[in-house]
Amino acid sequence: MEKEIYFDHAATTYLDPRVKEAMEPFFTEEFGNPGSFNTIGMRAKDILDNCRETVAQLINARAEEVIFTGSGTESINLAIQGVARSKKKGHIITSEAEHHAVLETCEYLEKEEDFTVTYLKPNKFGQITVDQVKEALREDTVLISLMYANNEVGSINPIKEIATLAKENRVLMHTDACQAGGILDIDVKELGVNLMTLNGSKIYGPKGTGMLFVKSGTAIKPLIFGGGQEFGLRSGTENIPGIVGFTVALKFAQDERESETARLTKLRDDLVKRVLEVVPETVLNGHPTQRLPNNANISFLNIEGEALLLYLSEHGICASSGSACTSKTLDPSHVLVAMDKPYELAHGSLRFTLGKRTKQEDIDKIMEVLPEIVKILRAISPFNQKMEELQVEVSQ
Amino acid sequence: MSIQLNVLSGTGDVASASGKQWFYTDAVKEHFFSPKNIFRTQEEAIEYAKEASGIGLVGSPACGDGMKMFVKIDSSSERIVECKWQTYGCGTAIASTSAFSEMVTKYGGMTIEEAMKIKPRDIADFLGGIPPRKFHCSVLADKALKEAVNDYFEKTGQSDRIKVGKAQIVDKVLKITDRDIEHAVLEGALTFEAVQKKTKVGVHDKGCIHKVNELINFYKEKYFGDD
Repeated sequence: MEKEIYFDHAATTYLDPRVKEAMEPFFTEEFGNPGSFNTIGMRAKDILDNCRETVAQLINARAEEVIFTGSGTESINLAIQGVARSKKKGHIITSEAEHHAVLETCEYLEKEEDFTVTYLKPNKFGQITVDQVKEALREDTVLISLMYANNEVGSINPIKEIATLAKENRVLMHTDACQAGGILDIDVKELGVNLMTLNGSKIYGPKGTGMLFVKSGTAIKPLIFGGGQEFGLRSGTENIPGIVGFTVALKFAQDERESETARLTKLRDDLVKRVLEVVPETVLNGHPTQRLPNNANISFLNIEGEALLLYLSEHGICASSGSACTSKTLDPSHVLVAMDKPYELAHGSLRFTLGKRTKQEDIDKIMEVLPEIVKILRAISPFNQKMEELQVEVSQ
Repeated sequence: MSIQLNVLSGTGDVASASGKQWFYTDAVKEHFFSPKNIFRTQEEAIEYAKEASGIGLVGSPACGDGMKMFVKIDSSSERIVECKWQTYGCGTAIASTSAFSEMVTKYGGMTIEEAMKIKPRDIADFLGGIPPRKFHCSVLADKALKEAVNDYFEKTGQSDRIKVGKAQIVDKVLKITDRDIEHAVLEGALTFEAVQKKTKVGVHDKGCIHKVNELINFYKEKYFGDD
């Protein structure tokens, strides 16, 4: 096996060694429970407050608006279910291209509780427009939940504009910003959202950590009851090492955001340009410019994505695919399908997501092996479709 | 003191013998990376098609699976002397076809009759196991062979021997066939509820539920049974 090169940062990131170092004392030495009235506990409480204050500053919120959770998924559940519990009934607006944490939660509320849900269909780039949301708004709409940027195709939604619309209509607005931490502007005042989810394991922080921003005055109820930690919204002894890790990771991510964005955009553009130039019958999925700087999602006609992934792993390259064979449900990516991508293209999609350790030589390595792999797999494929034929079929 | 954590040495659905972090057996890996009986280029396949005794194509790019099988049959012995193929699909689909082509041509080739008896399970066994989730990827080879053999019968004026796998409608309202049920079972729907979720069978045509249950049991046994 060759040296492993990681191109799946949208799935999860490694722990930044600086973050790990910051976390270390809190496992065995500073292990206190912030709820204990003793010196070790008090020091833990200080650290917790310090972390909360730091995170609040990083997202331009107040400390009491920061709720530490156990994952992005948990934050999303707290946001949507928590608001639903408070409102008891009503209408929710979300989109077909959301993460399953949002979709499954909404489907549950639709099925088991007194809620109706509108799933907006994304445009061909995977984005939702303000007008779509405006049209979907109803008298009884209580919540809009839309992702800041899509995890599969990287397309960015106009969250600020949608949040303004939500505010005008007195509807709560949640954004799943899991892919945006360290990449996009996550200033909650600027964005104007009521709720925002972040995830530690996507920003070089520890897994099992997340955060939910809950704007003061937001009507929300807890899902987990107990000792009343996190302002009563998330009981359970605080995961201090995790919270420290999350906080330090977010700090580094935001500090390095601009330089990383510039660096990654350049590398990503180079990758996309070269793949589309060198490999025939390929297409970029998602928006050409309004997309995450580290995301390249490309479909290869006449080849199935899993086969591509297996060949790539043999060369040490770790990527992901929206093909049916890589999913649990055996359906191709719900995002690509919602974008009306023909199934052929959904099955043959590859996602490369770049990160901190990605270097030019890693892009060169992809270009060294990928065109050859495509050639091998196309030679043994019974199909020889051309992109033009597919476009004709699509428009019919 | 070091603690042995099993989770650290575990692999995917099926552990490979070498202990590398691969989802498939070494046999699957071998057939995927060094497939047997293939063409090096599309042109080669076009040339070969001219001299093949029969050609069969099943699936489509839209389904995520597709296979073309080219056979050369010795007319007197009815043995399959050559079996070449092209497959669009995942690692399992590619490895399964390669394995199948080897199984039918080994030892001078199987007779048509013998080859038609190969079931997806036999291919899985030949490969030392396929992850259950991937089992449905290995079911195209026997169907493609059947098409290729039918093509051979057609070309050699033996139309009477053509076997038509005609789908039978079970749900009269939604026009759902036994093949749809077979497909759902292969995709892992092993109960009536699961099959209904996939196919909507029996939602309107309540009269077919008993028949559907029978079919589910039949295909469950066929693909996932012990023997």
